[in-house]
Amino acid sequence: MIRFDHVFKRYPNGREALHDASFEVRAGEFVFLTGRSGAGKSSVLKLMTLLERPTRGTVTVNGQETSSLPVRAIPAFRRRLGIIFQDHQLLMDRPVYDNVALPLMVSDTRFRDIDKRVRAALDQVGLLDKERVSPAELSVGEQQRVGIARAVVARPTILIADEPTGNLDHGLAREVMQLFRRFQDVGVTVLIATHDMALVREFSQREILIDDGKVFSGARTETAS
Amino acid sequence: MSSPITYLTRHAQALLGALGRLLRRPLGSVLTVLAIAVALALPASLWLLVKNAQLATGDTIEKAEQLAASARARAEAGTVTVISADAALEEFRTYSGFGAALDSLQGNPLPHVITVKPKPDYANPRGVESLQKYLRAWPEVDSVQVDGEWVRRLSAILDLLREVLLAFAGLLALGVLVVIGNAIRLEIGARRAEIEVTKLVGGSNAFVRRPFLYEGFFLGLLGGLAATGITALLASALAEPVSRVSALYGGTYALSGLELPEAAALVGLAALLGVLGAWLGAARLLAKIEPRD
Repeated sequence: MIRFDHVFKRYPNGREALHDASFEVRAGEFVFLTGRSGAGKSSVLKLMTLLERPTRGTVTVNGQETSSLPVRAIPAFRRRLGIIFQDHQLLMDRPVYDNVALPLMVSDTRFRDIDKRVRAALDQVGLLDKERVSPAELSVGEQQRVGIARAVVARPTILIADEPTGNLDHGLAREVMQLFRRFQDVGVTVLIATHDMALVREFSQREILIDDGKVFSGARTETAS
Repeated sequence: MSSPITYLTRHAQALLGALGRLLRRPLGSVLTVLAIAVALALPASLWLLVKNAQLATGDTIEKAEQLAASARARAEAGTVTVISADAALEEFRTYSGFGAALDSLQGNPLPHVITVKPKPDYANPRGVESLQKYLRAWPEVDSVQVDGEWVRRLSAILDLLREVLLAFAGLLALGVLVVIGNAIRLEIGARRAEIEVTKLVGGSNAFVRRPFLYEGFFLGLLGGLAATGITALLASALAEPVSRVSALYGGTYALSGLELPEAAALVGLAALLGVLGAWLGAARLLAKIEPRD
């Protein structure tokens, strides 16, 4: 599903963010991407979402090698990913419904289907009753769930989350993690970048550790749930 | 998956979204529209000037054709050509396309015309003047007009004016592009977060750009309409003085304002400039959220 092959990433300022990074995430896996901040986690995420391309080596996502993907094909590539940000990145001037509908608006989804799928996604995160509310009126935990609904509304094959629990207390963080687990249960590949080690231990999934640009791919641990 | 209806719906959404945003910040929109209007009203007024100057001189050239005399014997006269009224009418009938209308006339309203070209030796103000004096003394002669040189000069001035107009129009069209491009650039800057998110969830450049193009279109369209209004206002304000001046010279010249096709061309051009300006303003910023090597 996601495959890094001897990936080097050097930024124009000379900083080497990834040094010979190789790992693989298979379809349907639930993986934590861990490491101190600045260790290279966000570079991995940027390479996967095609915000950056590798300096050397290959990144393959959804069977597509990113280095050979022309710019005009990037939108379609990103539509197959569900991306969740730490600061949820919601558009505060629009109601929850419109925020969740955005990934469907940019694709060619028909209107009837948009309505059905937005409601289904909001239902999955338990916010069906908030569709007309502005995200600004929601709690932090609810905002993050709106972000998750937006990430899953287009039924991506891969969910990528960047510190999704960074702004949440432990209780809310657990709820969010359980939500991710439910998506894994229906076959979605989930990759979560986090430095919340307590959560990683609690959910005991495979862990890919990045330290100083190098990858230490952990073994698969059996799920405790 | 992509049906024409879905596609049109997306366009309608972009269009309504653009209108909504323009209305949400009325002052900024009005100022932009005014800037465009003033920039376009200037060449439009210049155009009116050139057009009217042409119409007015066209009239005089016709009159100049009535130059009369029959003085082959005169020392100053070189070539003398006679155009009879009938010949003139025939010519008019052939080339004007008013044949049927002319047939309904009782008689021939055209006078006989004689053109006199002075001999090279007398082709100076004094020679021409003496020739003119001589011809005017004849009772049969309605009017004597000395022309040629000043008509040529005027037409040269008109040509120059037209070039100036073109240069001005080009510069001001560039100004409109900059005004709209900048307005769109500011707008994009203010909505940067939204654009980034849209692109991250798979929005194509075309999708992101679309509402801005509509915004540019509307700004240009409104600016063009306002420019038409300003030009029409200017023309109507000048109509009275112009006809007064014309009356003093024994004419009945009426100022010709912007006609419908001209106004439509102005508005259409403005809308086009709007879309183009928006495109230019958006191009650089939209390319920023692409992957780098």
